[in-house]
Amino acid sequence: MELMYTGEQQAFRSEVRTWLSENVPPERLPSFDTAEGFAAHREWERTLAEGNWGMVTWPTEYGGRGCDLIEWLIFEEEYYRAGAPLRVNQNGIFLLGPTLMEYGTAEQKARFIPAMASGDEIWAQGWSEPNAGSDMAAIRCRADRDGDEFVINGQKIWSTRAVYADWVFGLFRTDPESSRHHGLSKILVPLNSEGVTVRPIQQLNGLPGFAEIFFDDVRVPAFNLLGGEGEGWRIAMATAGFERGLMLRSPARFQQASKRLVQLYREYGSDVIDPSIESAVVQCYMDAEAYALSTYQTASKLCSGGSIGAEASCNKIFWSEMDLLIHETAMNLLGARAEIEPQTAAEFAELGTWLDGFMFAQSGPIYAGTNEIQRNIIAERVLGMPRK
Amino acid sequence: MNFTFTQDQLDFQEAIATMLKSEVTADSIRARWSADGGVDDAFLKQAHDLGLNSMLVPEALGGLGLQAADFILLAEACGEVALPEPLVESVMTTTPLLVDILDQGLGNSDVQRVIDGVLAGESRVAVGHSINPYINYADCADWFVLPDGNSLYLMPREAVTLDEKKSVDPSRRLFAVSFTPDNQYRVADGDAGANLQRATLNRGALATAAQLVGLSKGMIAQSVQYTSDREQFGKAIGANQAVKHLLADVAVQIEYAKPVTYRAAYTVGVSPTRADFAVSHAKSASARTALMASRHCIQVHGAMGYTWECDVQIWAKRAWALAREWGDEGFHNNRIHEWLLRKNALLGPEFTFGRGSLTDVAQ
Repeated sequence: MELMYTGEQQAFRSEVRTWLSENVPPERLPSFDTAEGFAAHREWERTLAEGNWGMVTWPTEYGGRGCDLIEWLIFEEEYYRAGAPLRVNQNGIFLLGPTLMEYGTAEQKARFIPAMASGDEIWAQGWSEPNAGSDMAAIRCRADRDGDEFVINGQKIWSTRAVYADWVFGLFRTDPESSRHHGLSKILVPLNSEGVTVRPIQQLNGLPGFAEIFFDDVRVPAFNLLGGEGEGWRIAMATAGFERGLMLRSPARFQQASKRLVQLYREYGSDVIDPSIESAVVQCYMDAEAYALSTYQTASKLCSGGSIGAEASCNKIFWSEMDLLIHETAMNLLGARAEIEPQTAAEFAELGTWLDGFMFAQSGPIYAGTNEIQRNIIAERVLGMPRK
Repeated sequence: MNFTFTQDQLDFQEAIATMLKSEVTADSIRARWSADGGVDDAFLKQAHDLGLNSMLVPEALGGLGLQAADFILLAEACGEVALPEPLVESVMTTTPLLVDILDQGLGNSDVQRVIDGVLAGESRVAVGHSINPYINYADCADWFVLPDGNSLYLMPREAVTLDEKKSVDPSRRLFAVSFTPDNQYRVADGDAGANLQRATLNRGALATAAQLVGLSKGMIAQSVQYTSDREQFGKAIGANQAVKHLLADVAVQIEYAKPVTYRAAYTVGVSPTRADFAVSHAKSASARTALMASRHCIQVHGAMGYTWECDVQIWAKRAWALAREWGDEGFHNNRIHEWLLRKNALLGPEFTFGRGSLTDVAQ
């Protein structure tokens, strides 16, 4: 155990810090769930890619830097420290990218990864269906093999970023005779294909952050099948599970939020008469640091050839509930002002983006498997409690 | 940057954990409750023969020269079996204090003698601190390190007075210890004494935190077993989501209390007087975890959980006690609160490991 950064790691941090200070847009970008904001965030992805900062853990031939996971954590810390824009292509770079690296053919990698890294192709995800939410193995959306093509029919829902994105990846039933988690395949579909209809769904904040996707005889080349036919479930569950678990929400995001919470508390705390706010602020700061320490522990284990442990199953619950506490506490500090949606620069200066973050925090315990499902998984697979 | 334990550390932990699980059982703990001294001398001899007493003593003094991070997994393992004897406190708190006194050129000839006695497995020492009103197993100690203001006194057993208190935990043997400060026994005073007490508080809280993590693991294991065996409505009660989620909540807290405790152990090894934040975080997180564990694990045992017969009480009552020893959650949260309010506090994602880890980074 050596909790000190090496000279190389510190030099890397300096390099990241310098580049970000010269390149991060000075003005906050509009939400990427608006057309204008989506375009601005795509432009930012291009800027990152030009500096080879799009995905530092990827090999250099794909626009990465071949960094290890500790360097990735350092990059993320500097990224949030600099207040850089959210990653509009997170479905691609954090979820699909690692899967392509592990299961894609050389041709598939060459076709998809550079365009993902450059921001030219932004990805939506297509897991859930109207009757396959928590019970994802109930997927019915079909992809029937027809020669060199798949013909897709059915519906996906809650597809994040699908309104403005270029591509969707998801699980489709390629074996019509199959049931449950058998006979599913992972297929990549261009959203401008004939027969695709995207119907935006307004989220809690009124913006179309996700969508329904209808597939009506949509034809995609068999080249777009990722991994083997019928292997979809296994790939979705096992593939690069550690990276997904590790990378979906990096600790720096919450450490930066808890730092801003402490600053808000210093500013408004003297007006607050509720002593429970004090303990909530302390709890938030501790939890964000605990999440960081846990991630460093996991990253260190993986860097030294170990495998991931029980902590991966626990992280979704921990960060999503921490995010709620951070934002609830900020709302309590703002008091009656908390409900105001800031419109002007002056209002943003006073109220920040806490309300927006508070609304988004409501989704954390729901998406990527509800926390109720996560607790079942922990009880059954980590603790070994009876399934029935 | 490497936040892992070495294979040697993991192997040693496994060996000690195996020994603990065979030697320290619920039955043997209950046997201690009615035994005279309440101490299993054979167990303490075995622990001594394995080198535990000398692990954190520098090689120059005849020890193994290891750090708190080398012992932290063993401390956790002691908590997991609810070991009654104050072995962890002795190794992680009391002995390092004696070593510090000697290292700083303080104290008297007794200090060296007592350390030699500890290394030989012949002396038992207990430590007092203003944060703790009572000392556990004081009646088994030959020597005491006791504070009076900033000063510390190394008192022989015959020069102190013990007043027994009954703990809710039958495994604990608490005593109020009183003494008359006498210059012949004084081993530190002034700033040096204050710093030694500060380091002792951090070491004591760390030793307790690791045991609380272990106690939580022990309670979960029993509860998983019980809820898998006990049937109602024709199926194991543990198949119900309401029961699963109570235990899953504890499992999540344990996973996040562990790295916090290990970071605190590392930090104490680097500098015990500069580890306030890391230690308070560890004590707060582990106390919160263990109190949740005791509450949820009693609950999933149903009426059995409210009986003397059910072994969960051994772990739960220890958790109730240790959660408040060496500073309760309020004390430690308050230390962090004060730190967060400092104008020069290093906040933000780049400071997880402090400024010292960023010496070469361009600002």
